[in-house]
Amino acid sequence: MVGLEHYLSLAAGLFVIGIFGLFLNRKNVIILLMSVELMLLSVNINLIAFSRFLGDSVGQVFTLFVLTVAAAEASIGLAILVSFFRNRGSIDVEDVNVMKG
Amino acid sequence: MISADIHTILPEILLAAYAMAALLAAVYGGKDRLAGALTWASAAVMALLAVMVASGGPGAASAFGGSFVVDAYGRFAKVAVLLAAALVLLMGQGPLERRGLLRFEYPVLVALSVVGMMVMVSAGDLMVLYMGLELQSLALYVVAAMNRNSERSTEAGLKYFVLGALSSGLLLYGASLAYGYAGTTLFSGILGAANDGHVGLGLLVGLAFIIAGLTFKVSAVPFHMWTPDVYEGAPTPVTAFFATAPKLAAMGLLGRVLFDAFGQAVGDWRQIIALLSLLSMFLGAVAAIGQTNIKRLMAYSSIAHMGYALMGLAAGSEQGVQAMLIYMAIYLTMNIGSFAFIMAMERDGKPVTDIASLGLYGKAEPLKAYALLALMFSLAGVPPFMGFFAKFAVLKVAMLSGLAWLALAGVIASVIGAFYYLRIVYIMFFGEEGEGLETPMGPVAWLALVGSAAVMLLGVVNMFGVEGAAAAAAQALLR
Repeated sequence: MVGLEHYLSLAAGLFVIGIFGLFLNRKNVIILLMSVELMLLSVNINLIAFSRFLGDSVGQVFTLFVLTVAAAEASIGLAILVSFFRNRGSIDVEDVNVMKG
Repeated sequence: MISADIHTILPEILLAAYAMAALLAAVYGGKDRLAGALTWASAAVMALLAVMVASGGPGAASAFGGSFVVDAYGRFAKVAVLLAAALVLLMGQGPLERRGLLRFEYPVLVALSVVGMMVMVSAGDLMVLYMGLELQSLALYVVAAMNRNSERSTEAGLKYFVLGALSSGLLLYGASLAYGYAGTTLFSGILGAANDGHVGLGLLVGLAFIIAGLTFKVSAVPFHMWTPDVYEGAPTPVTAFFATAPKLAAMGLLGRVLFDAFGQAVGDWRQIIALLSLLSMFLGAVAAIGQTNIKRLMAYSSIAHMGYALMGLAAGSEQGVQAMLIYMAIYLTMNIGSFAFIMAMERDGKPVTDIASLGLYGKAEPLKAYALLALMFSLAGVPPFMGFFAKFAVLKVAMLSGLAWLALAGVIASVIGAFYYLRIVYIMFFGEEGEGLETPMGPVAWLALVGSAAVMLLGVVNMFGVEGAAAAAAQALLR
């Protein structure tokens, strides 16, 4: 029997992988975008699981909002990345360093 | 029913409709030639909406089953956000035009982000909170990268985007846990889930994640690392916008979540907020000392100021919220004035941002230099300027609510921080001659600089009624 805690553990695991993907990845910015997406989708698993086990449909509505926002966020991220690439000629994370900090 | 709901959120609907109509009009009717007119139109619409919101009557109303709340607290924050955004738009028009950056998207995106901020401070539900926050953030990511041909601007946009998306993710994870363990996304429902002043472990973890996500938006330590880079990289008029309206909106949202949703668990969160406040004040004060770029300096300055504002929230009382709102209103005024000056700084038509170029500026333009002096003294918290009374208000509530150590740390941090504000004044009046600095200003920017400097002195009399409005707002939040 698959219970609520299994879903929560899966979501927590994916969420942590997403966070580590953001911080440990030194290769390129696309992977950062994928990590962000992973974080948002793990939250969706959380919401759906809670919604199912609470017998309450609000969580599913929330999921639809999150999906929509995630799509908008990805498109804006890619647009900024394209204009960054035009100026810099690279999308390596190491090259995002004109300003210190 | 639905018509009453729509009446409640009419200001937000009007601004969103205006933004979309303006976008269509500009795309089909002349693109960037309309940018100047759109800037004025957007500022006028925001100013009118500020009047409309302010005259909305004293009561509280909620729409859509309590997921959207309009009360004195929301009205205070909305009026401040709308006025600040309108003023920053008008101030920035001249500098953007001289740098060839006056694009029609800018006023439209600012209007959309202001809609997001208005929704944020009125949120009564985790979903509304998230949608408002994202509307604001997505628009801000784009304006940070507005100078498409500049490496710095696009890099600032990219950094802001990646870290902003991370913070949204953290906030959302916290929201999902809060939903799961409270069984509802309504703040009023979450409020009922606490018993004997504490919340369960699941809800507590959710709260911690939500605070972490919002801390990023107010740029408090330890989620401040984007601030200096984004402030430096974005075009200065955009930086001025970042430093004003979004800060107040995020702080307003933080107050809303902490008191409306977790108001029964003050003991659980006030120690987190107190720690964030302590770290922000000290990092802001110490890290700004070595800066040579005035935009980076203002970034660290805003981190420190957020620390003081958080001190008001950490008090966890009505007086605390009132002090936080007064602090934010004064912070907004000081930053609008300072940035009116910073965005005008140029040499041979190119923007300059190094502090050394201010050398002996006081001899060339005494009036502007004295106005900047008043603002810098006020930012440092020197009496009799308003900045002192802002700091005094938060320090007093911290003392009264048993956070004497935090108040003491705040005094020490403000002494350290005074050094770099006074250094700017020193360079302006007694420093070495710089390479020459021009500060061409339009009438709006001049008025913002001199006016805010005058407010810093004259506000001492009665704070222009802000104190009373903030008291009513705090009372509405802790009803």
